[in-house]
Amino acid sequence: MVEFSLPKNSKVMRGVEHKAAAGAKRIKRFHIYRFDPDTGENPRLDCFEVDLDACGPMVLDALIKIKSEMDSTLTFRRSCREGVCGSCAFNIDGTNTLACTKPIKSIRGAVKVYPLPHMPVIKDLVPDLSVPYAQYASIEPWLKSDTPAPTSERLQSIEERRELDGMWECILCFCCQTSCPSYWWNGDRYLGPAVLLQAYRWIADTRDEASGERLDNVDDPFRLYRCHTIMNCTNTCPKHLNPGKAIAEIKHLLLKRK
Amino acid sequence: MSNTPNRNRQLRSKLGRVRGLGSSHEGVHHWWAQRMSAMALLPLSLWFIFSLISLTGSDYVAFQSWVSEFGNSVFLVLFLVSMFHHAQLGLQVVIEDYVHSELWKMGLLLIVKYGSVLFAASGIFAVLKISLAG
Ligand code: SF4
Ligand code: SF4
Ligand code: FES
Repeated sequence: MVEFSLPKNSKVMRGVEHKAAAGAKRIKRFHIYRFDPDTGENPRLDCFEVDLDACGPMVLDALIKIKSEMDSTLTFRRSCREGVCGSCAFNIDGTNTLACTKPIKSIRGAVKVYPLPHMPVIKDLVPDLSVPYAQYASIEPWLKSDTPAPTSERLQSIEERRELDGMWECILCFCCQTSCPSYWWNGDRYLGPAVLLQAYRWIADTRDEASGERLDNVDDPFRLYRCHTIMNCTNTCPKHLNPGKAIAEIKHLLLKRK
Repeated sequence: MSNTPNRNRQLRSKLGRVRGLGSSHEGVHHWWAQRMSAMALLPLSLWFIFSLISLTGSDYVAFQSWVSEFGNSVFLVLFLVSMFHHAQLGLQVVIEDYVHSELWKMGLLLIVKYGSVLFAASGIFAVLKISLAG
């Protein structure tokens, strides 16, 4: 059965309090999920007081400040710090989003930072994403064409190219994937919104010649039809994309070819 | 219905596990049947509710002559078929979503499938019996 409560060794305990330096005027509290598999201890929620006058505007700025000034063991992924690499996705203030594009100002009260939901945790805010990556590989995200390669670019009309808008922008942060209840319950077999958006990105590409094969691959009650149009994915996407719509388009095409 | 054969496959690669036994190529049929039965149910259940309201207070003889009218018995049978078909499809999705033990899943799916056929058949038989008795 689906597990609705946490197993004993996953119950989140109260953690360590880190006070701001004396004299700090604008203090914001950050509650951050901590877990270290090497200690064998339960996860805990540490509290860090951050002086906003000595911190950049985004949640990621605060995390970096905490790591470099308060607790260097805090572990998280980040790279571009401008919303293009997709590494800094966490559950912040109850929704999945990118720490580097989420202004601290937009959060009332203490800032709660957890890893992406329902994924195994490697350490602190770093989830194990190897299954979503394998699911992404399974849709074969590359151009397939039997027509001999032309000597110049493969051409598309402006309209054909426009079909890819709203999909090429995806940075594979998996905010949507891990916000989807269907993915929580059946993530071993359901491909999830991020991967299905990418599947549709290749189905919709007029240069690709394998649309039928790609549709065959997702025509499955678990791979595709676990989506019940709950729309958490679209609500949470930090790039304002619409995986829910892409999934609906795939369902529509499957019907069309029946 | 498991996606991996019943053997210990812990060291299998993630991609191997995701590909599993491949796609079953049958999702779209179930999805469309659910939409179609819902569309049929919309007017049928409205008609059913209004009929029930207009029949409140009438005696068995009046009810029996209502059921035995040709249009009414046909609509009643259609209503029963689409309702139980739709319920079966919906419950199947709920079971597949939440029940992960293969044994339980199989058992519950069988109960829901046979149960809906049983109820639909009993309902249709009752409609025929009442309408042909008059
Ligand atoms: S669709 Fe949006 S939320 Fe999902 S992986 Fe792509 S960018 Fe991230
Ligand atoms: S629309 Fe589909 S993919 Fe998106 S959250 Fe809902 S069930 Fe998941
Ligand atoms: S650090 Fe690259 S998306 Fe946030």
